Amino acid sequence: MSKTQVAASGSVSDLQPDAFGPPRGIGGSLRAFFSRIRSGDLGSLPVIIGLVIIWTVFQVLSPNFLSANNLVNLALQCAAGGIIAIGVVLVLLLGQIDLSVGSISGLSAAILAIGLTKLGWSLPVAILIALAAGAVVGLFYAFLFVRFGIPSFIITLAGLLGFLGLQLAVLGPTGSVNIPPDSPIIAFTQLWFLPPVTSYVLAALVVAAYLFVHLRAARRRALAGLSSASLGESVLRAAALLVLLVAVVYALNNDRGVPASFLLFIALVVVMNYALTRTKWGRSVFAVGGSVDAARRSGIRVTRVYVTVFVLCSLFAALGGLLAAGRVTTASTSTGAGDVPLNAIAAAVIGGTSLFGGRGSAYSALLGIVVLQSISSGLTLLSLDSPVRYMITGAVLLLAVIIDSLSRRSRASHGRA
Amino acid sequence: MTLATELDPARRVGAEPVLTMRGISKGFGAVQALTDVDFDVYPGEVVALVGDNGAGKSTLIKILAGVHPQDAGQITFDDRIVSITSPAASRELGIATVFQDLALCDNLDVVSNLFLGREIGSAALDEVEMESRAWDLLRQLSAKIPSVRIPVASLSGGQRQTVAIARSLIGDPTVVILDEPTAALGVVQTAEVLNLVERLRERGLGVLLISHNLADVQAVADRVVVLRLGRNNGNFNMSDVSYEDIIAAITGATDSAGLLHPTASTFDAADTEGDTE
Ligand SMILES: Nc1ncnc2c1ncn2[C@@H]1O[C@H](COP(=O)(O)OP(=O)(O)O)[C@@H](O)[C@H]1O
Ligand SMILES: [Mg+2]
Repeated sequence: MSKTQVAASGSVSDLQPDAFGPPRGIGGSLRAFFSRIRSGDLGSLPVIIGLVIIWTVFQVLSPNFLSANNLVNLALQCAAGGIIAIGVVLVLLLGQIDLSVGSISGLSAAILAIGLTKLGWSLPVAILIALAAGAVVGLFYAFLFVRFGIPSFIITLAGLLGFLGLQLAVLGPTGSVNIPPDSPIIAFTQLWFLPPVTSYVLAALVVAAYLFVHLRAARRRALAGLSSASLGESVLRAAALLVLLVAVVYALNNDRGVPASFLLFIALVVVMNYALTRTKWGRSVFAVGGSVDAARRSGIRVTRVYVTVFVLCSLFAALGGLLAAGRVTTASTSTGAGDVPLNAIAAAVIGGTSLFGGRGSAYSALLGIVVLQSISSGLTLLSLDSPVRYMITGAVLLLAVIIDSLSRRSRASHGRA
Repeated sequence: MTLATELDPARRVGAEPVLTMRGISKGFGAVQALTDVDFDVYPGEVVALVGDNGAGKSTLIKILAGVHPQDAGQITFDDRIVSITSPAASRELGIATVFQDLALCDNLDVVSNLFLGREIGSAALDEVEMESRAWDLLRQLSAKIPSVRIPVASLSGGQRQTVAIARSLIGDPTVVILDEPTAALGVVQTAEVLNLVERLRERGLGVLLISHNLADVQAVADRVVVLRLGRNNGNFNMSDVSYEDIIAAITGATDSAGLLHPTASTFDAADTEGDTE
């Protein structure tokens, strides 16, 4: 294999004379974007449009909807379910599913509460053991899946029941155990907010880091003779991010501020996005989701991919359970029950991660959970509770899946043109 | 191997085969898929392997690709006797196989597919390096790919075949095996892939081409080896064989190529008599 030749003339070497070549400049990026959309690669576009519509409708119907107070509540409500949804995104990327995330989160909450009260564990020990329980569950699933080839749908359906039983057993006859009110996990999920100055500094740092990374990548590409984003484009993107972050931070700071638990959720989304898009592991997750056979034949250790993903999914579910329990200061039979697991799965799909594997992004957990919690919060403000909420959530999920299927079909028809 | 050298004046004098198979047999239960088959691949030549359905072509290349081992017979690669026990062992020897199903991940872009399982970069992927090398490789092959950053699902059949072949070159192989590379392609795309096969030959690679299409074979192959019912039934230089001769060997109108072209056999039978492992 010959070494990369940097075009001495400074010409961009990845533009072939007889081809349309990669996008160049802002116009090129926009054109590439629209051609992707036309070919059925919709990504996050439908959910962003949906979110704008949902927020507009609720703001019109109920002027309190976009109030600072309600937005902070929304952020607080998103953290637990959103973290569970990150794990669901991972299994969906493999073309698998985990129906038991609710039971796992409930089990981990129960372990935390019992550990803190009956067993006298310190908080860090209780958290570690609860998370370890989640990891063990994921390991068990991966073993069943890899060893016996049972569909993950069935494995995790069995897990849903089995670990619900274990959760009830851990909780004991009362079915509900209060977390000590002075425990920091309660403060973390309910009372800790970033000081306003810190939140602005953080937003500025994030944008600076984004710009730095973007410019450095563009420079490396230019040096390698590849087409690269112009300075203007990089600055424009960074500016857009700055506007978005400052708007969010400003709105939240008008009330209590940016919740610590929400920040943890965002940080996990960013980290997982990095892992999925920039590491070999992430590449192999997408490869297995696209074609297990092709992945295996190209030397990817497929078993390892399944194990890491199932373990991470249960781990995120366990962590989500801890936050959920902290938020209501108690672990009970209803922690992780009801619509929790289905919301997490729905969030991942609504956010744009395909049910068919191989397509999606960690950001779909964020977008999806914000959509679902917005609907829930808006309906509560309108005094329309569970019955309507369930029906609307079901309809939105159905819509997301229809969009997923249609775009898949469109990709297929554009594919073998 | 002196005979082979005499037979093909175009071939460099003294060129040794990079890959030699002698007395290869393989059975699946009651079915004897290959019986005592001899086969050579020279560097810088395109050798076509032809035969009717069930003749044993796929079985032969699967032995080379490490999918399953032969029951009997000897494989020599670069003058060393080798046993190819797994696909990884086959790749490490320097044999790259492009199966008919291509084994691409449709959801990944061209660069990701080219480097799948062999990504460059330690902690983080080095996308710039991979993309540069991808363009280098595609340009050397004169491949027409509109962009290396689009999912391979949106490429045409010929372009997908091109990506699969280009990917096989990433590991720097000495022998490339192509299973029916033009089977699903139209006229223009077939021409592009055949062009690509010639690029591979120019790089000095030994190319083993399986094809049902004798027009394709005549267009690019230097030599054609015919299998019939799991046995050798002809080994011709393309320059001195007619379309009809090949058809006759495939269908069995002649039981042995030796009868038709007494000088055409490049194999020294004495070499391999009763050679089993
Ligand atoms: N895995 C297998 N199990 C049983 N029989 C097989 C297997 N693979 C090939 N065969 C048999 O071996 C013979 C040669 O097959 P194959 O190599 O696929 O021929 P070709 O590729 O030339 O059409 C056929 O009779 C086929 O049925
Ligand atoms: Mg075959």
